[in-house]
Amino acid sequence: MTDIFSVEGVTAYIRSLLDRDPPLQDLWIQGEVSNMKAAASGHWYFTIKDSKASLKCVMFRKSAERQIIEPRDGEEIRVHGRISVYEQRGEYQLYADEVQPAGGIGDLYQRFEQLKAQLESEGLFDEFNKRPLPDFPLRIGVVTSPDAAAFRDVQNVLVRRFPLANLILSPTLVQGYEAPDLIVRALNNLNRYQVADVILLVRGGGSIEDLWAFNDEGVARAIADSAIPVISGVGHETDFTIADFVADFRAPTPSAAAEVATPTIDDLRVEVRQRTEQLTRLSSDYIAERRADVDLMQHNIDGASPMRYIQDMRQRIDEHSERIDSYNKRTLALLNERLEARRKALDNAHPETLLKRGYAIITQSADGKPLSSVTEAQAGMGIIIKLKDGDLTARIEDSDSHGQYKRTLF
Amino acid sequence: MDNINELSFEQAFDQLDEVLAQLESGDLTLEEQVTMSEQGKLLATHCQKLLDSAELRIKKLESDGTLSE
Repeated sequence: MTDIFSVEGVTAYIRSLLDRDPPLQDLWIQGEVSNMKAAASGHWYFTIKDSKASLKCVMFRKSAERQIIEPRDGEEIRVHGRISVYEQRGEYQLYADEVQPAGGIGDLYQRFEQLKAQLESEGLFDEFNKRPLPDFPLRIGVVTSPDAAAFRDVQNVLVRRFPLANLILSPTLVQGYEAPDLIVRALNNLNRYQVADVILLVRGGGSIEDLWAFNDEGVARAIADSAIPVISGVGHETDFTIADFVADFRAPTPSAAAEVATPTIDDLRVEVRQRTEQLTRLSSDYIAERRADVDLMQHNIDGASPMRYIQDMRQRIDEHSERIDSYNKRTLALLNERLEARRKALDNAHPETLLKRGYAIITQSADGKPLSSVTEAQAGMGIIIKLKDGDLTARIEDSDSHGQYKRTLF
Repeated sequence: MDNINELSFEQAFDQLDEVLAQLESGDLTLEEQVTMSEQGKLLATHCQKLLDSAELRIKKLESDGTLSE
């Protein structure tokens, strides 16, 4: 008698055959998508087909959320996975772990280059469109996944370097086909609510597919539209994404992005100390300047003082006095001269001088009166004739009032 | 002027710069100069204090715009 299998048994047997077949465990299949259904659980269910056949596919959430594209009905895609059996339904299916556009990774690069060229021609990469980074970003918006290593890296840098800041996490997924829309929303939220001075758009290292969300056109435009400056720090040093080109500053890693965004607290200490020193210097400068001002004023006041005028006047008076003195001296000398001349004239007219020159003075003996006219004389009158060396006593013999006698007898 | 102890580092630092600019303008009376100078010293001290006691705060931006711890 032949062995009777249970349904479960034969299904398990078929499954073990498929599971043991190497080509079926690692294969790429290309076909057109139909019946795509994203379940609430996050799993994807879809069928790929060509003109002759169709194949059921399932992709579980863990894989699905990492995909850079979401299969859409009617689209040609490539799917990677393994073939196995869903025993409950007795169906074989592809357990997919990766989907790619029909052209594969090459297609992705081509899209990347196309988008890059397009955005560049629109000026989204231009230096003059880049916003300057703030000196004191006290509110640092971080667009990343709260679970990502990148978020911890940023925190660590900020704690050490610039703990004055508030870190504002605007959470998003950073990989998978849903990530671009979530990144755009996270960026927009920070802008809409005005809660950040600078934005760090960060994600740790990974494969090119892992980083693909940062090559999304919507993300690129959201970065360009952000009123808040955006610093990108995606992947490693060598990874360049479209987001890096559009960002106002491209940092090589998440940690580097946090460093670029912030001053160090030590730098700030130096800044504060410099200002303290400047304060002290300004104070002493001020005092010195005011002192100089006062000195200058003192000088000006001295210049404008009446003392100066008085001194000037004194000097002028002195000068005038001298002039007056010399004038007086000259006048005096002149007067003396004149006086001397008159004295000489007077001397010449003096009786004694006259006597010396041979004149005589006659006085009446009786009363000593001068006898200056014949009318005063009478015969017999006693007179005294005064000559230069003595007196003569004489008597008048006759007088002639009519000038008949020109001679007087002594 | 606000109570200095309530200023954020940035506010205090900005005010400190303003004070320095005014002092540099040299257009002050002696009394103003002394007041300003004292104000500047208090601001600098406050800045220093904030740096010494700073501690990173982390908040999450919700989609409705609120910030949660």
